[in-house]
Amino acid sequence: MEKDIIEVPYTWEIPFKYTAGEVLTKFFYELKEKRIMGIRCPKCKRVLLPPRGFCEMCFEPLEEWVEVSDEGVIGAFQICCMKFLGAPEPPWASGLIRLDGADTAILHFIGGIDLSDIEKGKEAIKIGTRVKAVWSDAPKGLITDIRYFTPV
Amino acid sequence: MSRRVAIVGVGQTETATKLKSYTHPELAYKAVRRALDDAGLSLEDIDAVVYGSMDEFDGINCPDRWDIDAGGGWHNKPFIKILTGGSTGHATASIAYQHVASRVFDVVMALGVQRVGENLDAQAVLNKAFNPLFLGDFTLGSIDGWALLTTMHMAKYGSREEQFALASVIDHEHALNNPYSHIKKKVTVEDVMKSPPVCWPIKYLECCPRSDGACAVIMVSEEKARELNRKAAWIRGVQYIVCTPYYGDRPGGVDWLNLAMAGKRLYKMCGITNPMEEIDVIELQAPFPIVHFLALEALGFCEHGEAGKLIESGATRMGGKLPVNPSGGVICTNQIGVAGLVRIAEASLQIMEKADKRQVAGAKKALAVGMGASRGQYQSVMLLTKDWN
Repeated sequence: MEKDIIEVPYTWEIPFKYTAGEVLTKFFYELKEKRIMGIRCPKCKRVLLPPRGFCEMCFEPLEEWVEVSDEGVIGAFQICCMKFLGAPEPPWASGLIRLDGADTAILHFIGGIDLSDIEKGKEAIKIGTRVKAVWSDAPKGLITDIRYFTPV
Repeated sequence: MSRRVAIVGVGQTETATKLKSYTHPELAYKAVRRALDDAGLSLEDIDAVVYGSMDEFDGINCPDRWDIDAGGGWHNKPFIKILTGGSTGHATASIAYQHVASRVFDVVMALGVQRVGENLDAQAVLNKAFNPLFLGDFTLGSIDGWALLTTMHMAKYGSREEQFALASVIDHEHALNNPYSHIKKKVTVEDVMKSPPVCWPIKYLECCPRSDGACAVIMVSEEKARELNRKAAWIRGVQYIVCTPYYGDRPGGVDWLNLAMAGKRLYKMCGITNPMEEIDVIELQAPFPIVHFLALEALGFCEHGEAGKLIESGATRMGGKLPVNPSGGVICTNQIGVAGLVRIAEASLQIMEKADKRQVAGAKKALAVGMGASRGQYQSVMLLTKDWN
């Protein structure tokens, strides 16, 4: 074909509201008070974070709330070095972080460190590094009330 | 009692970031036409169609509706759609297989269509697969998640960046033999290591492309296969498994214990006792090198932590003991929701000795591995064989 093929531009911009349910709603209210709450399984005794309505291993309903620390250990990390739609300006890092008192890890940003040199950055946040939550000054009851975790 | 099922026809389209010459259904049609021609069948011979695609990459709510006509929608045929994340293509083939194995239909077509090039940033689309209540803010989608697993593998087993790079080099090397491959470019370990980090430790030349493409595979009952008397690949067994989306508490950490369980089920079903000795070739849905590592280890081709050494030994290259991805794999072509079906198509071509330049000589048992949902929440395996026993 001699002429350029036509491409019709289109954008999806449709607002949604996701229901948090009773368990995550309590978790979010506690975050607003800068407390991180896990939930314990009566059978396997694991403290699960993020909290959820049932233990997927034991298949038991969960209701025993347990406060966990806002300090923990990096179990995995990555350093994003390219710009992607909707993502932060690079470089930025994220990781799986297991907080003291929890048996499971959460995914969150790792920040407060210079990532411009990857060699230095990957040493600063290597697996096993202890980190602490840096909280928002104006918590809203969302997971982003923790801005990021930073090495202790 | 289920009955034996064989693959007798495969149709693939070329792949590229944008196949601008065709609309969605026209692309589907091209794959269907080629599969029918390959099997020596006409549309009338097809009893039912199982269709797979991931809506969100193509920006279409229910692309199956667009493609119904290319699946013979005007011809009184049952048509059903399957979606299981990135493993959609593999699952589509599994369901098509069950359509025939269950004796409900004699001739069934699995059809996959995907246009990842229609969106401008696939990571932004993949991001929407994560729970917006506590995950969506902290992840791109896919690349960063595989990078997390890569750092875990490096920390636990001492795997090196050069070993991951080599897995990508080998896929690129193989892709040169595949006319349907999207990326056709020879790269060296040094090239990969020097390519810019995307999500460290994953580098640019270790990342799959965004590809448009379609694939159709025709499956028939044993009776029909004998009647057609054409080259065929037996579907000796299929297994699939899932894993928690709370990947911060996945059992086994970096090790894919779930895929290992699916593999054990498959090997038992097929009488495989030593996969390394008995399986001749693998087609693996690995969009990044870490998937090569996790899958080869979980499926028993080496011990956990040993995949780097296995790859360095040359075993996974063409001419090696266990060629992995003669097609060039997903690192060189990723029509995401179709990629799992292409693994099955390519494994079948190996068995039918129709793989041309990418043929593994004497391949009698080929393993097709599917993977989905960004961190491997869906995993599936199918064994294709030349002889039933």
